[in-house]
Amino acid sequence: MNKTAVHEPLVRVIKRDTISLKKKLLIRACAIIFALIIDAVFIYFVTGLNPLGVYQAMIRGTFSTKMRFSWAMRDLASLLLIGIALAPAFRMHFWNIGAEGQVLMGALATAAVMIYYGGRVPSWMLYSAMLAASIFAGALWGFIPAWFKAHFNTNETLFTLMMNYVAIQLVSCSVTIWRGQASSLGKLNVKTKAGWFPSIWGQRYTINLIVVAILTVAMYCYLRYSKHGYEISVVGESENTARYAGINVKHVIIRTMILSGALAGLTGFLIVGGRDQAISTGTAGGNGFTAIIVAWLAKFNTFIMALISFLLIFLEKGAAEIASTYNLNDFASDIIAGIILFCILGSEFFIHYQAVFRGHADKEVC
Amino acid sequence: MENAIELQHITKAFGSVIANKNISMSVRRGEILSLLGENGSGKTTLMNMLSGIYYPDSGSIKIKGTPVEIRSPKDAYLLGIGMVHQHFKLIDVFTAVENIALVMNQHEKYDLKAIRRKAREICDRYEFDIDLDQKVYEMSVSQKQTLEIIKMLYRGAEILILDEPTAVLTPQETDKLFSVLRNMKADGKSVIIITHKLHEVLSISDRVAILRKGEYIGTVETSEATESSLTEMMVGQKVELNIDRPAPVDPHLRLSIHNLSVMNEEGVRVLDSIDFEVFSGEILGIAGISGNGQRELLEAIAGLQKTESDSSIVYYPDDDKDSTAEQLIGKSPKEIRDMGVHLSFVPEDRLGMGLVGSMGMTDNMMLKSYGNGRSIIANRREPRHLAEKIKEQLGVVTPSISTPVSRLSGGNVQKVLVGREIAACPSVLMTAYAVRGLDINTSHTIYRLLNEQKKKGVAIVYVGEDLDVLIDLCDRILVLCGGKNNGIVDGRSTTKEEVGLLMTKLKARKGETA
Repeated sequence: MNKTAVHEPLVRVIKRDTISLKKKLLIRACAIIFALIIDAVFIYFVTGLNPLGVYQAMIRGTFSTKMRFSWAMRDLASLLLIGIALAPAFRMHFWNIGAEGQVLMGALATAAVMIYYGGRVPSWMLYSAMLAASIFAGALWGFIPAWFKAHFNTNETLFTLMMNYVAIQLVSCSVTIWRGQASSLGKLNVKTKAGWFPSIWGQRYTINLIVVAILTVAMYCYLRYSKHGYEISVVGESENTARYAGINVKHVIIRTMILSGALAGLTGFLIVGGRDQAISTGTAGGNGFTAIIVAWLAKFNTFIMALISFLLIFLEKGAAEIASTYNLNDFASDIIAGIILFCILGSEFFIHYQAVFRGHADKEVC
Repeated sequence: MENAIELQHITKAFGSVIANKNISMSVRRGEILSLLGENGSGKTTLMNMLSGIYYPDSGSIKIKGTPVEIRSPKDAYLLGIGMVHQHFKLIDVFTAVENIALVMNQHEKYDLKAIRRKAREICDRYEFDIDLDQKVYEMSVSQKQTLEIIKMLYRGAEILILDEPTAVLTPQETDKLFSVLRNMKADGKSVIIITHKLHEVLSISDRVAILRKGEYIGTVETSEATESSLTEMMVGQKVELNIDRPAPVDPHLRLSIHNLSVMNEEGVRVLDSIDFEVFSGEILGIAGISGNGQRELLEAIAGLQKTESDSSIVYYPDDDKDSTAEQLIGKSPKEIRDMGVHLSFVPEDRLGMGLVGSMGMTDNMMLKSYGNGRSIIANRREPRHLAEKIKEQLGVVTPSISTPVSRLSGGNVQKVLVGREIAACPSVLMTAYAVRGLDINTSHTIYRLLNEQKKKGVAIVYVGEDLDVLIDLCDRILVLCGGKNNGIVDGRSTTKEEVGLLMTKLKARKGETA
């Protein structure tokens, strides 16, 4: 029996109890430095370029001109708002994978109002109608899976995912009808500019930024301080506990998903009215899925969502800039951005766990 | 006698919490050692280090005199250490033999006949009572536990660790388990048993090792120990072990349950035409083998169970019986609360129903009261005060009132739950297995709290499993058997045998056969 002379393992992984802010920042900084080193090796040996030059190009993607920065903010606003829309649903452990479709439905409703009423009604009425229609359409796309979940306990992940395809087909069909004989739909109401957001500080999407900033704070407070937010947390944790507490679980599920869908629909309104003035099946641009990552990584804290959205947009813009400056294949620049993202996300592991080496039981290694 | 296990200066910390501090103790060959300690004293952590689930921060372990490193459960098996956890690790759709086959070592051939023969031998040697070809999902809790032990022995365990094995057993099953353990001891095996029930400690073990707050206090010979001496070592001070039972003062009818039936999802009548009454200022005990409708009964009163038509639960707010009686059937918990009925309920599933595990004490305090007032903002000031108060009064051990309650030990979780339910000034207080898994000191705190409520005129429904406690604490005891009310006995005059008989044997009634 004693032939099983075993040795202490070389490395053991232990869950951390608490971690100081300083250490958290240090771990993240280490991760970035580590990423830059790996990237440098990749850039130097695979592409033969100068890593420092590539890093500069990456930063230029977002920061070289005011215009670039402004565009980055514009794209960040759409991504962040979808993340905010997902937050209450995810907090309730309702896996809403349907933001893409909810955004598209909001965009479609906005575009329809612009096309049919643009120039025929006073502009305040047009804007109100666009807003109301987009919120209603998004909310409807949130309500349908929620109702089935509440009454028949259907799987919301599959349901919301399928609803995306319905939305994509609806947009595709509408665009075909609206463009008629033309090769593409192009910008809506180009002559009258009816339904286009007014320019503020030189940009039509300034309104988008303001709305998203307000909603970031509002959603944070809603989840954290309101009674609704409390109910959402309880239902998400345990339906039995919610019933015990006297919470109407069906009601909360439906209400929360209407909110989630409505905000996604609102994003569609802001994209069509403030950014694109056009509609296509690519209007949401996959942000409905990227936002899932944003919401999860931030653990549904909307302020952290803003930081993570910025990181993702920065990497995306940086990769595009590298590709164009050095005439590099898209894949190579995406790998460079991907390595950075991977290391930053990977560092989360070391924030929650620590490794202890053999014979160093009381020393911490990060 | 040779030492099977020697622990030397074992220390284990989780973050800033030290679960085991410099523990040195030994287990002899061929003895049954009880490991005793309050909730959170580090018993399970220590045993998990023996079974390879945790690795000690410092200290060494010797098995049969040889220093060893146990870094995984596999190492533990190879060293002949087997642990039976509170939650069984069995595959439901397999038979007993097939489950045993899962623990074969790699060199053994998959030959069910040979495995059955070997398992049969083990059963005969230690007098296990089990059908080896029965599927696990058809087994009772006690049979599953038996199977877990056979599994360990099949694998060649010389040292067996049992974590609260009797918590889920009836008294008869416990006796059977103990006789098997004695047979194993006679065969030279070492058994470590974790239990909170002192009378069991005294009846089964040779020696008792005591932990307190992560530290090793000492090991005593069972023959020289008494319930009070053990409690004193465990708690660190003298503890009153008598359960008080004040006479009910001015009892009034509070709840009248009539013809209550509940059908479960499979269409089985789990409660069958139950009739009884609950009075203010008394503790009504509910006894029965677990799964005989206790949970459904309490949940039906709390508005959480769908009941069959004709069921009736009438609530009488005060002494005037006719004017304001309220029918509770068909009302949701919120509607019941809105009617002004202060119904407190400590459910069996503490973290799955009574509390939200991921939330701190503060947020859990407001679970039933968050909706009060018109504001859309949830008020956290009062819940925070209440959390502070409960933490102090009941001695809840937690790093802070915002620490998720799922990180607290079982006893502290229960204190949080009971504290909240009592703070709501109930007129009816229902508790399901309020002291399950709690150490003796905490259990007595709970009994005291219940008695305080009783003196205030609260009607208390106490669902319990320990017959001694039921008989000592309750004024009347309703015995459930097969979902039926099998009789209500007076707690002051009844005996354990009478209640035990009512639990297992349905009385014949008029026009019915037993």
